[in-house]
Amino acid sequence: MCRDSARSTRKSRLEPNSLTRSTRHATPRAAFAPKEAPTDASPLAASEHAAALRAEAAMKLTCLSTSGGGGSYHSPASHVLELEGLRFLLDCPIDLSALAVFSPVPLTGDAGGLIRAVPRYWSPAAAAAAREGGVDAVLVSSATGMLGLPFLTRLPGFVNTKIYVTEVAARIGKLMMRELVEMHRAFVRYYGPDTDGLPKWMEGDKLNGLASMLQKLVTEDEGKDLTSLMPLYSPGNIEECMQKIQPVKYGEEVCFNGIFMLKASSSGLELGNSVWTIKGPRASITYLPSSVFVSAHALDFDYSSLKENDVILFSDLSSLNDMDEDNEKLDEHAMNETDSSLCHHSVLRDDGADADETITFLCNNDDITEEIERISFICSCIIDAIKSGGSVLIPIGRLGAILLLLELISETLHSSSIKVPIFMISETAEEIIAFTNALPEWLCKSRQEKLFSGEALFGHMELLKEGKLFLFPHLHSKGLLAAWKEPCIVLCPHWSLRLGPAVHLLRRWHADKRCLLVLEQGNDAELSLKPFMPLAIQVLECSFLSGVRVAKIDSLLGVLNPKFVMLPEGLKSRCSVKKRPWSFLYYTKGKTIELPNLREDFEVHLAHNVALGLQPRQLNETTAVARLRTDLLVSSGQYQLAAAEKQSDRSKRHLLHWGAVDPDRLLPALQEKGMLCSFAADDNCAGERSVLITSPVDALVKITSDRTVIYCDDEGTSKHIYDALCSVCNGI
Amino acid sequence: MAIECLVLGAGQEVGKSCVVATIAGKRVMFDCGMHMGYHDRRHYPDFARALAAWGALDFTSALSCVVITHFHLDHIGALPYFTEVCGYHGPIYMTYPTKALAPFMLEDYRKVTMDQRGEAEQYSYEDILRCMKKVIPLDLKQTVQVDKDLVIRAYYAGHVLGAAMIYAKAGDAAMVYTGDYNMTPDRHLGAAQIDRLKLDLLITESTYAKTIRDSKHAREREFLKAVHKCVSGGGKVLIPTFALGRAQELCMLLDDYWERMNLKIPIYFSAGLTIQANMYYKMLIGWTSQKIKDSHAVHNSFDFKHVCHFERSFINNPGPCVLFATPGMISGGFSLEAFKKWAPSEKNLITLPGYCVAGTVGHKLMSGKTTKIVLDKDTHIDVRCQIHQLAFSPHTDSKGIMDLTEFLSPKHVILVHGEKPQMAFLKERIESELGMPCFYPANNESVSIPTTHTLKMSTTERFITSCAAEQGKQSLRKRNLIHGTGASEVNGSDEAAAEGVLVMEKHKAPKILCEDELLQVLGMERHLVQFEAMGSSRIEAAVEWELKRAEAADLGSEENE
Ligand SMILES: [Zn+2]
Repeated sequence: MCRDSARSTRKSRLEPNSLTRSTRHATPRAAFAPKEAPTDASPLAASEHAAALRAEAAMKLTCLSTSGGGGSYHSPASHVLELEGLRFLLDCPIDLSALAVFSPVPLTGDAGGLIRAVPRYWSPAAAAAAREGGVDAVLVSSATGMLGLPFLTRLPGFVNTKIYVTEVAARIGKLMMRELVEMHRAFVRYYGPDTDGLPKWMEGDKLNGLASMLQKLVTEDEGKDLTSLMPLYSPGNIEECMQKIQPVKYGEEVCFNGIFMLKASSSGLELGNSVWTIKGPRASITYLPSSVFVSAHALDFDYSSLKENDVILFSDLSSLNDMDEDNEKLDEHAMNETDSSLCHHSVLRDDGADADETITFLCNNDDITEEIERISFICSCIIDAIKSGGSVLIPIGRLGAILLLLELISETLHSSSIKVPIFMISETAEEIIAFTNALPEWLCKSRQEKLFSGEALFGHMELLKEGKLFLFPHLHSKGLLAAWKEPCIVLCPHWSLRLGPAVHLLRRWHADKRCLLVLEQGNDAELSLKPFMPLAIQVLECSFLSGVRVAKIDSLLGVLNPKFVMLPEGLKSRCSVKKRPWSFLYYTKGKTIELPNLREDFEVHLAHNVALGLQPRQLNETTAVARLRTDLLVSSGQYQLAAAEKQSDRSKRHLLHWGAVDPDRLLPALQEKGMLCSFAADDNCAGERSVLITSPVDALVKITSDRTVIYCDDEGTSKHIYDALCSVCNGI
Repeated sequence: MAIECLVLGAGQEVGKSCVVATIAGKRVMFDCGMHMGYHDRRHYPDFARALAAWGALDFTSALSCVVITHFHLDHIGALPYFTEVCGYHGPIYMTYPTKALAPFMLEDYRKVTMDQRGEAEQYSYEDILRCMKKVIPLDLKQTVQVDKDLVIRAYYAGHVLGAAMIYAKAGDAAMVYTGDYNMTPDRHLGAAQIDRLKLDLLITESTYAKTIRDSKHAREREFLKAVHKCVSGGGKVLIPTFALGRAQELCMLLDDYWERMNLKIPIYFSAGLTIQANMYYKMLIGWTSQKIKDSHAVHNSFDFKHVCHFERSFINNPGPCVLFATPGMISGGFSLEAFKKWAPSEKNLITLPGYCVAGTVGHKLMSGKTTKIVLDKDTHIDVRCQIHQLAFSPHTDSKGIMDLTEFLSPKHVILVHGEKPQMAFLKERIESELGMPCFYPANNESVSIPTTHTLKMSTTERFITSCAAEQGKQSLRKRNLIHGTGASEVNGSDEAAAEGVLVMEKHKAPKILCEDELLQVLGMERHLVQFEAMGSSRIEAAVEWELKRAEAADLGSEENE
């Protein structure tokens, strides 16, 4: 096995494209000179580790998926990153796009031609990757980024895998999984359990019948086959998944496998969402998923903790999703490119004042102001609907948006003295609401101040106390009927309009033109609404801030100052490559890209007492050498050389010799040790000279240009000869 | 290299905790407490003297940062004085709960000392607010880069909500300052938790340096029995506590007991502030014990059902009740007022915390059969009431201290926050049983701890892999996956005897190479030296030991030949 990997090493090293890539992107700071052909490891020398290290010396990135329904908030990109022979899975969302082709239950009418069966789900792309090469660790950046993991828990390549995720994202993620499984159960109750075999609708002709409608789903994502849809995971799978989780705090450094230090920092997008820093022995990598500089609820994007990392994997695809929206602005931007590129440049200089300017630009409140404006607009639409006597259904799955919306609605209702009940109907509502008021460390600074001044962290606590907000797990929960009053505002899952209370409520209100349905942009609304036709209800499609805006990417990179940036191919045309101190690599889904080693060398820490015990030997005027015998320790991402427990008694003797031995100098050296010796008479072979020793015992020393052989039967004498030899030969 | 450790407070005593450690040139102040037994200069650590000793102009330039472990006044009481009066403007760190709750403690005590004793005001309410504004909140386990060279990290300490042990590292020197901690979980808090760190120095509290406590449950039952007996006899129970910490723990205990026993007797909190403090506890539920965390969505344990609204005049009401009054140790304030009223009746009960600072009424009551307390020449109080001393404490006992010290295995130990004879006893144990040098300096004394350090240098991939190869066993990858690699430093470490050559060239950083890499660098060919038997001088047979040697030294290089 180790042979194989050693061989594949050579192949990948010599592959023309890996060489050209490395030269093309080599910057002065990242000098990468391809080594000579690696030596074929001898069986003795090649441990598995050696082979592994050599085989995977370069960094490799495989992008597994970019977005699978619901936009990048609900379905962040997923990658496999290989470093020093270890495989990291970066996020594993669930792709719920297939849900749209299933009819919601209970069935009514013809269900719009949708599949009438227990829904199936896309298997996460990571499952295939885990099957092929295994996964050593998973880094999760958000609650939504872990929803696909229970699909993987039973795979053999996942047995020893550790999952790293922030405490809060883990907690929200678990609630979301539980909720998903619970909502899915409505189908099982209706149709009976989904069997492991092929469901009827998947059989040939029926599948063809569905083709036109499904076409969209399938063509969007080539290589996906509808028959690969699989049943949802079970509560048992969720538990197994949660057991592998190693929850972390922001800023907590955890050690993985001795040589990697992992650290999550806040990304600002949502409570508990994180950016990851992976510090390996030879490179530090930033995994940068969707991030928001200034947030109205979550702790701000902590980009300063990412400064000076060597490589950035830029995985914020939000700007790709709202490409259309931004296009106009981008054109403007392009027109000014020549002018602005100049000032852009000055921004990138390292002197303090300009750096501050960049940071002000990055962290200005524009984004947050816009976000509040958007939510205020939603809020005003809600109030209009209520005023006209209609109810409002808000099946939005973004926790932050919901919390902000609740605060704004309550303010607006209060100021316009309208009294309507607000319902939050979800399996997890009670827990989410209680828990969001108890995580001050994870909130933006302004909400942290609320803790220090003794106020509730979110406005919903007030709403609850005043009896304006009601939490129920289900529509049929005890007490819901008593509290129910229309018009009302209902927040509930699920954005797909196939699961959860949204289905029933939309059926109830779809024909009422006074009512309002608030949807999040990013899904195919037409397909989503298909089973509820004809519609009279007003539909408001809204979008929320989901990541770094294109215009800010360049400045952000300037502040972070990486050597390499791995950028999605789609952003290639939108990020200037001119005169930037970093190099870009572009990734696309399903392809593997390689990055050269940034540093040839490893850093080690030599214990002071070992250093003191060294016996350096001056070779010439500029060079000294010292033999080192130590224990190699690996901990917290550091290689340490500590004093070896057993000191060899041979440590003072040379073990390695080089150059030629001058026989004319050996003779006096031997004599100095009290030996009687002379050159042998038969010194006739080419380049070979012999020294004959006659006392204290008989011995012979044969010297050629690259070899000296000592023939002697007495151990003491041969040691003396050896010592004499050492004194005239370079060695250590 | 050394860690200089200056004990400004809590040296051979309990009170005004304050230690300044200079770690690789970085000066960190751990805690900034006041001593409640004194009302003169000894009230605060002797900052001025320290400043003079450092030869610094001001505190801001002298210190890299101040870290506060928890909200008890003997750990934070001098902070507003230090920042607003002494003028320290550098960074101050404490955990989120400490930052949220400390103003209560400070203001409560400030009022007590001002109102009751007419003591000259050392700092104002505004000073407290200004001071707290400067505080940078810490989360547990978060590694905080104070400056380029200094990092700190907080670990869970139990004791009170938000209490932390502080890890600090600068250069190669690392230490932990424990503050107060508890190694066993209590009603509302978990036990202290820390990684197995590589430490040059551990500074630990030693309140109970000699005491070993038995089951907490039995002690709690005793307390409940005493309270129940008193109220069922129509008596009043006075529980002097500080606003936070013990008050919540005991109240949870009583609230639960009242529920189970269906008692209707009112439980009061002397000032609104403790009830307000409960609100903070609700938001900080993440810092309580796992059990409370898990259940808080259903029932928040800090919603006390049996606690009733209280007014000062109730103190004269007839009939039984339970009153939580501040401050603890009855050093003044409302607890002293209630004590004056209730102490003369044998029906009543006063509970005392496990530890009272010398000079307080609490301390006098503890020290035996006191029948009369003389407050001043006009105020004498007859003490006829029963006194129950709480036998459970939020501090670790001596077994806990030994366990923690053994777990962390630091190179040196310093004891603070204890009493001299007990500290001497514990020092002996640590030195003889654990073999670590141990000190317990008095106030204003300092100890210098030597530290180890390392030299950074580079090496080749070849050297690293050949080390791993020499290990010969399984690959690093598999090994470590099996061993697990938590956050601790020693776990997941891998050992291999490594042999290489350190090359030092002028104008170049030193580098460690394998033997054949050295030859490459030198541009030289290897010269083989072999041993053979005299008789076989014509036969190519080798003396075994040297050949093996050569082979081993040659690993990996043979392909080149
Ligand atoms: Zn304390």
